[in-house]
Amino acid sequence: MGIFTKSMDLLRLLNRPSGHFSLAFLTFGGFIAGIMFWGAFNTALELTNTETFCISCHEMRNNVYQELRETIHYSNRSGVRATCPDCHVPHDWTDKIARKMAATKEVWGKIFGTISTREKFQNKRLDLAMHEWARFKANDSLECRNCHEYVYMDITLQSPRAADQHERLLANGEKTCIDCHKGIAHQLPDMSGVKGWN
Amino acid sequence: MRHQNSARLAWFSGAVKNRFAVFVGVLALAALTISAAAAADTLATLRGNAINQEASAPAMAKEINTDLRTVRNYPEQPPTITHQTRGYAINLQANKCLSCHSRRAVERSQAPMVSVTHFMDRDGQVLSSVTPRRYFCDQCHVPQLDAKPLVANDFIDADALIMAKGN
Repeated sequence: MGIFTKSMDLLRLLNRPSGHFSLAFLTFGGFIAGIMFWGAFNTALELTNTETFCISCHEMRNNVYQELRETIHYSNRSGVRATCPDCHVPHDWTDKIARKMAATKEVWGKIFGTISTREKFQNKRLDLAMHEWARFKANDSLECRNCHEYVYMDITLQSPRAADQHERLLANGEKTCIDCHKGIAHQLPDMSGVKGWN
Repeated sequence: MRHQNSARLAWFSGAVKNRFAVFVGVLALAALTISAAAAADTLATLRGNAINQEASAPAMAKEINTDLRTVRNYPEQPPTITHQTRGYAINLQANKCLSCHSRRAVERSQAPMVSVTHFMDRDGQVLSSVTPRRYFCDQCHVPQLDAKPLVANDFIDADALIMAKGN
């Protein structure tokens, strides 16, 4: 009974017009507070969207990051490189928020040490890889296409077999990047039973 | 201590006494040195600079990526790989080569299929896929570099030999 009356009192207070603050103060104050909140939120969000943040956990630093360092997405002739979020987080805001919400499960994994050792990670590698392949397949390899878009490819500069497969399979949308380009940035899991690998 | 020293001295003086043997030894050494110096002018060597100088390394050769098949020098020669293979995994978990060259993949990839000899076990029994003993492709098949040979090669194709004999 006490709680009910107290909450009704609070509702009445919130509904009442302000007796102390001017309308201008409340409007502009609210506006500025909104900017500050939004800025802080986005700054924190972007902070979690850096490689430094990703490899601050040993699971990422000792496994996948070390594997990436040997590949062309880390070291190459032109010196342009991809960082973790370039491939694993969508660049568009709504998609990014959706991915970030899904990624809260990784916090769970961190707390309970799901992949806290190399052995645990290797045993779980196929599961983890399948999630990423499914995500890339579902969004038509969006993160690849942020840099590698078919319409900007000069296929005359590609090797004949690359040009042939891109023209035949990628151009008509029959295949998407991840269908062929698996394990380009990290080591592969056990591929027996995976489509296209036999 | 004194005893040891005197023993050594005795051995040394004994050796020197055999003056003829020492003379022959010195003569042989001198002959060896002279002949080695003479041979140095005629010896072929891959090192193009003095032994105490660091040679400048030749530029790294490019991996051939033409996708054009090359001739086999003899029928049993494993065909060379005509494309780059950087980062291709061939291990317990995965075989990147087979993702294009396996029996079921060639329709999609249009790559040459792995020879059926690779499907045979050591008893000649043909299996449904590549046998474990032929699994590691790059033990025999290798990519080529666009590099000049370090030494000349006088290999002659068998067909050229047969034709030269007039058969």
